[in-house]
Amino acid sequence: MLSALLVMSAIAAVLGAVLGFAAIKFHTEGNPLVDKIDDVLPQTQCGQCSYPGCKPYATAIAAGEADINRCPPGGEEGIRKLAELLGVEFKPFGEDAVPKAKSLAVIDESTCIGCTLCIQACPVDAIAGAAKQMHTVIASECTGCELCVAPCPVDCISMQVIGEKITNWKWKYPVYAMTATT
Amino acid sequence: MEISGICHDRNNMRPAVPVGNDNMRKLYHFHGGIHPPSNKTQSTRATIARAPLPAKLVIPLHQHAGETAKPVARVGERVLKGQLIGMPDGVVSSAVHASTSGTITAIDMQLIAHPSGLPNLCATLIPDGKEEWAPRKTIDYRDHSPAGLQHLLRMAGVVGLGGAAFPSDLKLSLDKHKITTLVLNGAECEPYITCDDMLMRERAAEIVQGAEMLRFMLDAEEVLIGIEDNKPEAIASMRAAVAAGGHQRMEVIAVPTVYPGGGAKQLIRVLTGIEVAAGVRSTDMGVQCFNVATAYTIHRAFAHGEPLLSRIVTITGNVMHPRNYEVLIGTPIAELVALGVALPDTDSYIMGGPMMGFPLPSVQVPLVKATNCIIASSKKIFPPPPPVMPCIRCTRCADVCPADLQPQDLFWFAQSREFGRAQAFNLFDCIECGACSYVCPSHIPLVQYYRFAKSEIHAREHDKQLADKARVRHDYREQRIEREKQEKADKLAAREKAAQAARLADAQPLTPQQQAEQAELETSRAHIRELAQSAVEHADEGTTK
Repeated sequence: MLSALLVMSAIAAVLGAVLGFAAIKFHTEGNPLVDKIDDVLPQTQCGQCSYPGCKPYATAIAAGEADINRCPPGGEEGIRKLAELLGVEFKPFGEDAVPKAKSLAVIDESTCIGCTLCIQACPVDAIAGAAKQMHTVIASECTGCELCVAPCPVDCISMQVIGEKITNWKWKYPVYAMTATT
Repeated sequence: MEISGICHDRNNMRPAVPVGNDNMRKLYHFHGGIHPPSNKTQSTRATIARAPLPAKLVIPLHQHAGETAKPVARVGERVLKGQLIGMPDGVVSSAVHASTSGTITAIDMQLIAHPSGLPNLCATLIPDGKEEWAPRKTIDYRDHSPAGLQHLLRMAGVVGLGGAAFPSDLKLSLDKHKITTLVLNGAECEPYITCDDMLMRERAAEIVQGAEMLRFMLDAEEVLIGIEDNKPEAIASMRAAVAAGGHQRMEVIAVPTVYPGGGAKQLIRVLTGIEVAAGVRSTDMGVQCFNVATAYTIHRAFAHGEPLLSRIVTITGNVMHPRNYEVLIGTPIAELVALGVALPDTDSYIMGGPMMGFPLPSVQVPLVKATNCIIASSKKIFPPPPPVMPCIRCTRCADVCPADLQPQDLFWFAQSREFGRAQAFNLFDCIECGACSYVCPSHIPLVQYYRFAKSEIHAREHDKQLADKARVRHDYREQRIEREKQEKADKLAAREKAAQAARLADAQPLTPQQQAEQAELETSRAHIRELAQSAVEHADEGTTK
């Protein structure tokens, strides 16, 4: 009787120690699901989802507070990926959030007065310039979030759609007539 | 390299002795392959002719794999033949030169030979007919380091002329790997194309010298020149050149004619028995492969100081005079078609061969370094494909796939946009040779599906990279804003603290006499307050009365 008790408590102690060690050793900071969702989001940081950035939106999705169809820059493809990741049904975009063609902010440099408001608005530091100096968008860093357009007091920022070029051209899905044989 | 260790497949162990093969070397099989009608004899009856100087040259600045060259000539500038007009920009890039002397009249976007039919940056050159050369510097390659020679090749705009136009200098910078075997690719397996065949027949000595230069740069031990056995004249000519030059450990080998035997991995397999696995480069296994025309160009670059300004192009198909021409880069394809005299029922033109080529968006597009063949197409030569029918999973495509893939599965995944699974089934090992489409009894354009899937995957990876970059920048920005806020708060706190300290410092030095004075002052103040209070009370009493 006593030996059985001893054996059981010894096993319990060992397993408890292993679990305790594992809890410390494999401790994860934050919610790993948030990072996984954030990985799927397009990182435009545009706030069109009504959250102040991709990470806050990811956090809200993980907490079950936000829908998965709030991210227009991610496109339907993005919704599909989120649906797959979270194991929920695909949900089409609502009327208030419709994806647009990928575009790029362009500053009309002759109109720019150098007020730095757009620089402060840019979530990815893609605008170069200084007070009373001309500003310009670093095209390779611009995510097309449009956050710089509204603050500009002289309306010198426009969004230009990135068209199809040799560098971003893709082979199309094959389309051909499939005729039934009789 | 232990060859027997690699030939684990019984099928692959079988040595193939091609018909009429008089070399004693043991050859190997690669998986699959097809035997389409070769249609090569039409264009090999006449020798290589030099195409006349056109009235206008349009020289694209992006003729190679990688980044577009940066234009360094000005509009209106007179340039000499061989003068640099496009500077290599980035690691994977190559130089572009003026193909003849004349005046640059425009540097703008023009239609080029690309399946997209989209324009790209080109320099327009109006020749002055003088063919005046820029200074040419000939070198003895033995006096230079391989790194120096690589730089020379980059600046001479030498790219692979087999079709992919990959900068040759990059294929030579292999610090990590010891190259034992240099394979020279003269297989030219695709139907209709004969430019390499004619080059080997007529300029074998120069090709062989180019091979010697490549061997020097790679520090390779042996050179194997693989030529399909349907080109006996080229084989004889190359053998004679090797013998005449007294080249040691260099062998011309006739390989069996099977499409796509000219694929780099396939030719390496046939010649050495080495199977280059998925995700592995042939250089990891000690073999590097160059096209014969590339070797010829390298010889011209070193021994004559000539950058890549022209190449041999086959004009064939539905034309009156199929033939090979030496054509300046930038020549409009229309000029070449005029030399061949296209027959009236010609409806389109294909750049490359019938298996891997693509229809040109316009006959006005310029010839580029990668243009090996122009086929005039008509309904008679290439009848429109029969209607597509569903895949019946007969796996004939798998039987002929030279990369040993399962094309029917890849088709399934590409069709349903399951790109992850397509990648898991080694989609990127597909060389787009078209053997699967050729044998498909349902006439499914399989290669189009693979190209679609590949470019979608590339685009997604690109978007992912951009997103990751944006995330990093956003995080940095957040951190910076947080830090600035913290710094401001710290500064404010420090100032507050300093002010408080100053007040305390002011209050500290009071002598006992001062303290006594202050206490006296306070008691008199209290007395006055008391008096005032009682006065108010008396006044209140007065009013209430």
